[in-house]
Amino acid sequence: MEKDQDKILREVTDSEYKYGFVSDIEMDMLPKGLNEDVIREISKRKEEPEYMLEFRLKAFRKWQEMEMPHWAHLQIPEIDFQDIIYYASPKKKEGPKSLDEVDPELLKTFEKLGIPLEEQERLAGVAVDAIVDSVSVKTTFQDTLAELGIIFCSISEAIHNHPDLVKKYLGSVVPYNDNYYAALNAAVFSDGSFCYIPKGVRSPMELSSYFRINAANTGQFERTLIIAEEDSYVSYLEGCTAPMRDENQLHAAVVEIIALENAEVKYSTVQNWYPGDKDGKGGIFNFVTKRGICKGDHSKISWTQVETGSAITWKYPSTILKGDHSTAEFYSVAVTNNFQQADTGTKMIHLGKHTKSTIVSKGISAGQSNNSYRGLVKVQKGALNARNFSQCDSLLIGDQCGAHTFPYLEVGNKTAVVEHEATTSKIGEDQIFYLNQRGISTEDAIGMIVNGYAREVLNQLPMEFAVEAQKLLQISLEGSVG
Amino acid sequence: MLKIKNLHANIEGKEILKGIDLEVRPGEVHAIMGPNGSGKSTLASAIVGRDYVEITEGDILYMGESILEMPPEERALKGIFLSFQYPVEIPGVSMVNFLRAAINEQRKYRGLDPMSPSDFLKLMREKKKLVGIDSALTNRSVNEGFSGGEKKKNEIFQMAMLEPKLSILDETDSGLDIDALRVVAQGVNALKRPDSSTIVITHYQRLLNYIVPDFVHVLYKGRIIRSGGKELALELEEKGYDWLKEEYENSLNGAL
Repeated sequence: MEKDQDKILREVTDSEYKYGFVSDIEMDMLPKGLNEDVIREISKRKEEPEYMLEFRLKAFRKWQEMEMPHWAHLQIPEIDFQDIIYYASPKKKEGPKSLDEVDPELLKTFEKLGIPLEEQERLAGVAVDAIVDSVSVKTTFQDTLAELGIIFCSISEAIHNHPDLVKKYLGSVVPYNDNYYAALNAAVFSDGSFCYIPKGVRSPMELSSYFRINAANTGQFERTLIIAEEDSYVSYLEGCTAPMRDENQLHAAVVEIIALENAEVKYSTVQNWYPGDKDGKGGIFNFVTKRGICKGDHSKISWTQVETGSAITWKYPSTILKGDHSTAEFYSVAVTNNFQQADTGTKMIHLGKHTKSTIVSKGISAGQSNNSYRGLVKVQKGALNARNFSQCDSLLIGDQCGAHTFPYLEVGNKTAVVEHEATTSKIGEDQIFYLNQRGISTEDAIGMIVNGYAREVLNQLPMEFAVEAQKLLQISLEGSVG
Repeated sequence: MLKIKNLHANIEGKEILKGIDLEVRPGEVHAIMGPNGSGKSTLASAIVGRDYVEITEGDILYMGESILEMPPEERALKGIFLSFQYPVEIPGVSMVNFLRAAINEQRKYRGLDPMSPSDFLKLMREKKKLVGIDSALTNRSVNEGFSGGEKKKNEIFQMAMLEPKLSILDETDSGLDIDALRVVAQGVNALKRPDSSTIVITHYQRLLNYIVPDFVHVLYKGRIIRSGGKELALELEEKGYDWLKEEYENSLNGAL
C-alpha cells in the first residue's frame, strides 16, 4: 500500500510539533552578545556573591581560549556566539513568590504542556522545578521535602542559601574548563536545579525539572547539581520543550551528580526540544555535559535517556566509578528523523575495585537523519575486577538514514571483564505487514515495533514518564516508513 | 463469502497469477494445492493485500464488495485472517500487548469499547486451551525464539482469538511433525463455524487427512487447472502432479 504510507508520511510531517507555541510573556532580557560586562551583569541581576562571579569569569576567560570541538560525527553550522541573548527572564512583580504572583500567561503555558504545577501535582506525586528561558519560575513541594531535610530549589537560591554545598560541589565533577560548552555554561548559566538528599533519606517522590526555551534568539544554559549523601536515594526527572522557530537555538547545559557511600541516584531524561521542520530548518542545538561521580563505596548512578528532539544532539552522560563496588548504568534510546543529527553515548571511567557498569544504547534512525553512538569504557590500573557490559543496537527505518557506532575501550588491567555487543537492523516490511494483517494500522505497527525494540530502556523509566516516552517515540517516527 | 474473478497479478513485473476464478461460500473448506512456484502464496498475498502483489486484471470480492483498494488492516478488520507461512518475530512486543491491540482494533471497528483486561485474560485462557498452546508461549515476545511448530500453533491461537470469517492457512503444515500437525488441525476444526470459511494452501495432502476439504483446486503456472472434491487430493498424493501438468500442457498444445 505504497500510497497509504505516502499519505501517512505527508500527514505526519505536515503535522506540527505539539509544543511549538510561543507564550506571550513579558521578558526582561540583556542585549545580544557575550563579554565580561555581560557576565558581570548576569551575576549582578542575580545578586550573586563574589565567589560566583569569580567562577564565571574564570570560565569565560578559559572559554575564549578554547575551540569548538569537531570530533563528533556531526555537521554543525557556524554558530555566532555574539548573536545570542544570554539572559532572559519572565518579568516578575515585586514581593514574595506565591502562585498569584506568577504571570497567568506562564501558568497557561504550563497547562498546555501538561505540567502539573498546581494541586494536581500532589496526586502525581512529582515535585517540579520549572525553568523558562533562563530563570526558575516555580518550584513545588519545597516544604514537604524540607521536612525530610531534602533541598530542592533553583540553583540561584542554592547559591544564596547553601553556599557551602555549592562551593564544595559546583564544578567538582564537570570542571569549568572541562570542554568548550561546559566552560560556556559555567560562564553564563543563569539558572537550573539544585538537589540535596541528606544522609539516610530516600526521597519519597520523584524530583523533576522542566526546561523550556521561550524567547527568540536566546540560549539556554541551565546547570543542575545533585548531591546524594550516604545511604540516600533519589529519582530525578527532566523534560524539555521549545517553540518552533526558523533559527537554531543553543542549549548548553551542565549536570553534575555526586553519590556518596551507598547512595543511589537515578537520573531520567525525556528530551523533546524542537527538532526543526521536515526540511531541517530550525531546531535546538543540544550540546550538553552530564557527568556523575560514584564517590563513595557501593554507590550507584543510573542514567536513562529518551532523546527524540533537537536538531543536533551532542551528549554523553558519564559516570566516574571511584568508590569500590560502585555501579553505573546508562540506558538510552535516541531517535532521529528528517534531518536530525545525534552523536550521543556515555563514558564509564572505572577507578574503584569491583566496579560495574552497564550500557544499553538503542539508536533509531529514520528519514535522512544521522545517529551515532559514541562510548568510552575506561578501566584504570587499580580498578581490579571491574566489569562492563555494553550493548549498542541500531534500528534503521528507510534507506536514507545513517547509524554509526564508535566504541572506545581502554582497559588497564587484566582482571577486568569488558563485553561489547552491537547489532544493526532494519525495521521490516514483514513485521509491519504482520501487524497490519491482524488489524493494526501501519502507524500503530511502527510504534509497537519501535517500543518493543526500546523496551529494555523504557522499562527503566518511572511509570508516568514511560507512558509519555512511548507516545513520544511513536509521534517522532510516525510515517517514517514510506 | 469470497469471489475471485479472472484475477491476474504480477510480482516485480512478472505475471504470476494468470486468470484465477474461485468462489468460496460460507461454511466451506477449500484446499489449494499445487507444485512449488505455481502461485499459491501469491494468491494468499493478493487476498490479504500485500503491496508487492500488483493486480493487473480481475477482481476480488469479499462479502460482495471489491477489496482491491482496501488497505490490509481493513481487510483484517472485516474478518480475513492469514496464517502466515513464515510468521515474523517482533522482539520486545509481548504477545499479550499485541493481541490486546489486535482485539481492541477489531472492537473499535465494530463500534465496541475496548475489552477489559480481565475479560481479555479470560479469553486468552479459553482459547489457549482450545488450540492446545503452551501457557509460557503467550508470556513471550511475538514469535521470538519460537520453534517452527510453536510459530504455527501461535498463528492458529491468534486465529482463535480473532475469530475470522475467512481464514487462509498458507502452508501451515510445512515444517510440522505429525503431532504438531494434529494439534494445529484440531484447533482449526474446533474453530469451524457454519458461517466461516477456510482456504487451506498446501503442497502435500497429509494436512487434508485432518482438515477435510469440500473442494480441492490444483494451481499450476498461475491457473487453476483442476477442481474436484476431497478425493482429488488423494489422487494427487498417489500420482503426484506430473500427470496433471502433462494433461494441461497437452491441452494447451491441442488448443493451438
